[in-house]
Amino acid sequence: MTDMTQDYADLAPSASAKFYGRILPILLFALLVVVIPFLGPSRTMYSLLNVMAINIVFALSYNMLLGRCGLLSFGHAVYYGLGGYCAVHAMTFIEAGTSPFWANFPVFGLPLVGFAGGALAGAIIGWPSCRRAGTPFAMISLGVAELIAAAGFMFLSFFGGEMGVSGDRMNGPQLFGLSMGPVEDVYWFMAFWVVAGLLGMYAFTRTPLGKLSEATRDNPQRVQFIGYDPTRVRYLVFIAAGAFAGMAGGMSAVNYEIFTPEAVSLIPSGFVLIMAYVGGIGYFVGPVLGAVLLTFMQSMLSDYTEAWLLYLGVLFISIVMFAPGGLAGIVFGLAHTARHGETGTVLKRWGGQAAGIGLALAGLIVLVEVSTRWSNGYGEVFEPFGLHLTFTNPLTWVLIVVPFAAGVAILRRLSREEDPA
Amino acid sequence: MTNALEITDLRKSFGPAQIINGVNLTIPRGERHAVIGPNGAGKSTLFNLVSGLFAPSSGSVRLNGEEIGGMKPFLINRRGLSRSFQVSNIFAKMTVRENVRCGVLHSLGQGYSFWRNIGSQRDVQEKTSAVLEHCGLIDKANTPAALLPYADQRALEIAITIAGGAEVILLDEPTAGMSHSETDRAVALIEKATEGKTLIIVEHDMGVVFNLADRISVLVYGEIVATGTPEQIRNDPKVREAYLGEDVEDAA
Repeated sequence: MTDMTQDYADLAPSASAKFYGRILPILLFALLVVVIPFLGPSRTMYSLLNVMAINIVFALSYNMLLGRCGLLSFGHAVYYGLGGYCAVHAMTFIEAGTSPFWANFPVFGLPLVGFAGGALAGAIIGWPSCRRAGTPFAMISLGVAELIAAAGFMFLSFFGGEMGVSGDRMNGPQLFGLSMGPVEDVYWFMAFWVVAGLLGMYAFTRTPLGKLSEATRDNPQRVQFIGYDPTRVRYLVFIAAGAFAGMAGGMSAVNYEIFTPEAVSLIPSGFVLIMAYVGGIGYFVGPVLGAVLLTFMQSMLSDYTEAWLLYLGVLFISIVMFAPGGLAGIVFGLAHTARHGETGTVLKRWGGQAAGIGLALAGLIVLVEVSTRWSNGYGEVFEPFGLHLTFTNPLTWVLIVVPFAAGVAILRRLSREEDPA
Repeated sequence: MTNALEITDLRKSFGPAQIINGVNLTIPRGERHAVIGPNGAGKSTLFNLVSGLFAPSSGSVRLNGEEIGGMKPFLINRRGLSRSFQVSNIFAKMTVRENVRCGVLHSLGQGYSFWRNIGSQRDVQEKTSAVLEHCGLIDKANTPAALLPYADQRALEIAITIAGGAEVILLDEPTAGMSHSETDRAVALIEKATEGKTLIIVEHDMGVVFNLADRISVLVYGEIVATGTPEQIRNDPKVREAYLGEDVEDAA
């Protein structure tokens, strides 16, 4: 028996694997966050990055439910919003300065107020709704979202009605010498909390509860037979997800200095679902990618085209249908083939796929841009590269049909080559 | 000494259908007990009643003298009764090691903790490794469970079942769908893994049953028609008539 004894540490990933797989990516992320200001970003860029930070934390908190616990929620903005409202109210208390506690509370710490508010909301609302899983849970979450959104216009002292509740972040004691006034100061605040949120949620995945959450996602029945109550697991995860969503709400309260009932509506609830799913719910890093891309699209693409939501919809549907692993799945898949495939064939296939997607997308873009302008009826014409593409111009239709058909043909051919059956 | 399991006049009906019709069964500690019977006799239902998946319609189930009938499965499990399933019932997206580790957690007092790093719990890692080694899965520790070959999935099913160190183990057709050599390995694993424990096993393979069991109960239409040593069961004319036919001769 003695020579049978295992070195038990052998089973766990080696120290270097742990470093490269877990610690290094987080260090790189933190490094990137610290380096960005030294590249001299514009004010617009700063604002964009600040919103990205909020959305990264929000999307990661959503994935604690969907990706890690198998709970599809249509109302995650409820916890974001309630946490945010708590934070913005706290901001007004700081401004008033009448209570010694709030007078000495730095604005920098408001995400903690949001965290507590989100956790409390999760604990109260999750108590009944986590008694169900699967479709009933999704339905309940939708009902709760409607309920809270309706309450937003009824309970004026808390939600502030249509005007919302606003505050001023330049009050109270300063932390780290940040006045919180200029957008650069807000950036450092966001930098701190996005890294803290990411670390916190990553650490959660490494705890016994985090692992039980995955087990409950995979097989709630079996969880009962290893001594755990899946309802309790879901409830605790739900509270944690609500807390981190509330933290994102607190970050948002500081960023915008206002919270309106729209924040608890179905629109942000849907947006966070799309962010997490497009990024890839099967990977911890997925929602980060989704949040970065969608925040970028939301603020940049909307400057170029009024149809950006339509493109977002197309992106979401394409991901659901053709790349259910999301952006992270695509990235890790490419990395895997790059490591294990033959470089020549791999490059050829990627080139083909990129060309196919690009062509199909070009046709689609022409169709969307021409038809939105035509439908608006202002006589505006889509003029890419000096072309004059009116609704009646035959060239328009050629430029829609030919690239789209060619793109689809290429993609079909490639997928047939890959899977001859 | 109290018995490991005492089932008294246990009944279960789904609507008008009576599936379990007054089962009485006493299993002393340390016994290996097999439940056999034709398809639809209610063997799996009996397991589901004992393990808490279903609540009995009437009657009592006592584990170490304590009533457990109608308790939630996780509470029964915490009292020291663990079961496997006829169809592999594992955590498919997690690795083999993570599967077993989940099974180990509660017995080591980890509870629902979210303030500890699972990787730095030395006792958890050691017990996980010990169970994996015991079940011959140590080479596949980092394989995602869904990618395991069928026989290994069955072994994992047993590994998760025994991981919590339960004293009473219920195995539901652990060798179903296995080849001869796989069955032999599974039986060896079951013998090793349940040493000193109380084992109750539902099994169709008569070779396995007669090799493994100290006593056998025959369940027909929700009633136990006979209980006894393999020898007694083999020679019981009622059993032969009701169910076994010539199978017994072949197996012996």
